[in-house]
Amino acid sequence: MSRLAAKFEELAKTGRKALIPFITAGDPRPDFTVPMMHAMVNAGVDVIELGVPFSDPMADGPVIQRASERALAHKMSLRRTLEIATEFRKTDQETPVVLMGYLNPIEAMGYEDFANAAQRAGIDGVLTVDLPPEEGLECSTLLKARDIDPIFLLAPNSSDERVKKMDAAGSGYIYYVSLKGVTGAGHLNTTDVETKLQQIRANTRLPVAIGFGVKDAQTAKTVANIGDGVVIGSALISKIEANLDDPEQAKNEIIELLTSIRQALDSYRA
Amino acid sequence: MTEKYNMPDERGHFGPYGGIFVAETLIPPIQELNAAYHQYLNDPEFIAELDADLKYYVGRPSPLYYAERWSRELGGAQIYLKREDLNHTGSHKINNTVGQALLAKRMGKTRIIAETGAGQHGVATATVAARLGLECVVYMGAVDVARQSLNVYRMKLLGAKVVAVESGSKTLKDALNEALRDWVTNVDNTFYIIGTVAGPHPYPAMVRDFQAIIGRESKQQCQEATGRLPDALVACVGGGSNAIGLFYPFIEDESVKMYGVEAAGDGIATGRHSAPLCAGRPGVLHGNRTYLMADDDGEIIETHSISAGLDYPGVGPEHAWLKDTGRATYVNITDTEALEGFYALTRMEGIIPALESSHAMAYTMKLAPTMSKDEIIIVNLSGRGDKDMQTMAKREGIEL
Repeated sequence: MSRLAAKFEELAKTGRKALIPFITAGDPRPDFTVPMMHAMVNAGVDVIELGVPFSDPMADGPVIQRASERALAHKMSLRRTLEIATEFRKTDQETPVVLMGYLNPIEAMGYEDFANAAQRAGIDGVLTVDLPPEEGLECSTLLKARDIDPIFLLAPNSSDERVKKMDAAGSGYIYYVSLKGVTGAGHLNTTDVETKLQQIRANTRLPVAIGFGVKDAQTAKTVANIGDGVVIGSALISKIEANLDDPEQAKNEIIELLTSIRQALDSYRA
Repeated sequence: MTEKYNMPDERGHFGPYGGIFVAETLIPPIQELNAAYHQYLNDPEFIAELDADLKYYVGRPSPLYYAERWSRELGGAQIYLKREDLNHTGSHKINNTVGQALLAKRMGKTRIIAETGAGQHGVATATVAARLGLECVVYMGAVDVARQSLNVYRMKLLGAKVVAVESGSKTLKDALNEALRDWVTNVDNTFYIIGTVAGPHPYPAMVRDFQAIIGRESKQQCQEATGRLPDALVACVGGGSNAIGLFYPFIEDESVKMYGVEAAGDGIATGRHSAPLCAGRPGVLHGNRTYLMADDDGEIIETHSISAGLDYPGVGPEHAWLKDTGRATYVNITDTEALEGFYALTRMEGIIPALESSHAMAYTMKLAPTMSKDEIIIVNLSGRGDKDMQTMAKREGIEL
């Protein structure tokens, strides 16, 4: 069983919801990321989504775009993101790490080389924003053969047929994009999310993590309760951006926010 | 290549290129567009309306003009110019926007978005949006907004909102990123009119089909004027819409050579260019697999060209396929050479070409003298140079 599957199984058993932070590798600088990951684990997160910086992040809002630009300015890359994951794994063999990014860096490395490198780095899942299952079979087969879960997105306008397709193609969890828009947008409607989740649940048994537009503990608690977990990204990266000259302060503020979300999520425990 | 050419396959692949590489939210609108496109492509009523628009609004057919003096001067092949510069709004871009706007109308979309580099596609989109009474937003890199201010003003006059994109390299690729972000946010009421033969399927095929009128007319006009097919076709390639429009109807005519001219900027060796087919590598960007300008890590490299319309790190996937199969040949022309083409046509034929088209002119100046006098070249004069007057005057140190 993959680390992700085991994690969601354990969460389900204890009636807890997954807290999944997203940060961009190497933002605001390369040496920030590994200590940040460990601190997030100490704050009670369950899975870490590690963003691979890309020059043209088409599905991201301005906050994550700028995170990518800052990281790229420090020559961050897919290869160096994997080095960060390797470093993290030296002292944490428990917490699942999911790479999230765009296809071209993986194409440049080559699918098989990437799958091997990801396995060596202890990566548990790969979410490639611009790789739908129709085009992704070759890559996801290579990943699955190495116990790495290919994770796919679903959107508010996804049909039953799409949900079934993701159920067949993906593993680990499904990332439900809670709104039509880019990351960090501000118009999440929890009633809509609730309705949509019923349709998704009817067509897949994979756990569903909900992201895009989650900004605070209250929203996180509401959407996490609808799904199996909540992804929070732009709200964390905003803390980095607000403290570019003081990364330690950024780290403290991120931990404070994640701690409050953790408490809110756990207050729902039956 | 005498066998039937029927690319792309139903999932939009030209061999290993093309396809649909987008975030999940864009899958439903792309499926919707694909269905509508295939429905109306064969709908006599739609075709009739499109044909009427092309004739009475765009001003087609555009002439195939025999550049007699220039041909004589170069001393080789006879040169014919396909005068897309004479279309309404001044370039070939309107062939496609008229078609896509009719589709948008039939699909009940009320809002149009577009990306633009030189501003020609933006103007052509703003034009059809004004005519159909549709809201129009055009994304344009901030660098391009500065160097093509005349077209920015034209778009605004036509009622479009022009958004200067400040992210990344602030050019065409970033405008495309931003248009995709808009589309993902407003999928329900918005139609995205892509201006080139790139993007996810069905765009590369659809834009090609709307632009193929260039080649169909050229073929017929060449027959009428000379009684035979041309020996060579020349067109500039940024994304590649004017080139594929000219090439496509000739693909099965194996005697016709095809030359796509990329922008070499300061020269291929300097790395400051926009020539992915000549000096790039395959990868995935903006919804399709194609040749790209990217580094070893797969990050997209900033491009350079004197012409904003060619300043793009990718190229239509069908060109990637035509390159690999050897059916078309891709060459490159530097900024300096393009300027020579610009001045030559202006002074020799009294036609001021766009800086994009000037790349095709410059290559023609190299190619024609290597061919015999009884051979024929058709060059796509894809746009007129009015939009480039400020750029040119500035280069010459003249204040307008």
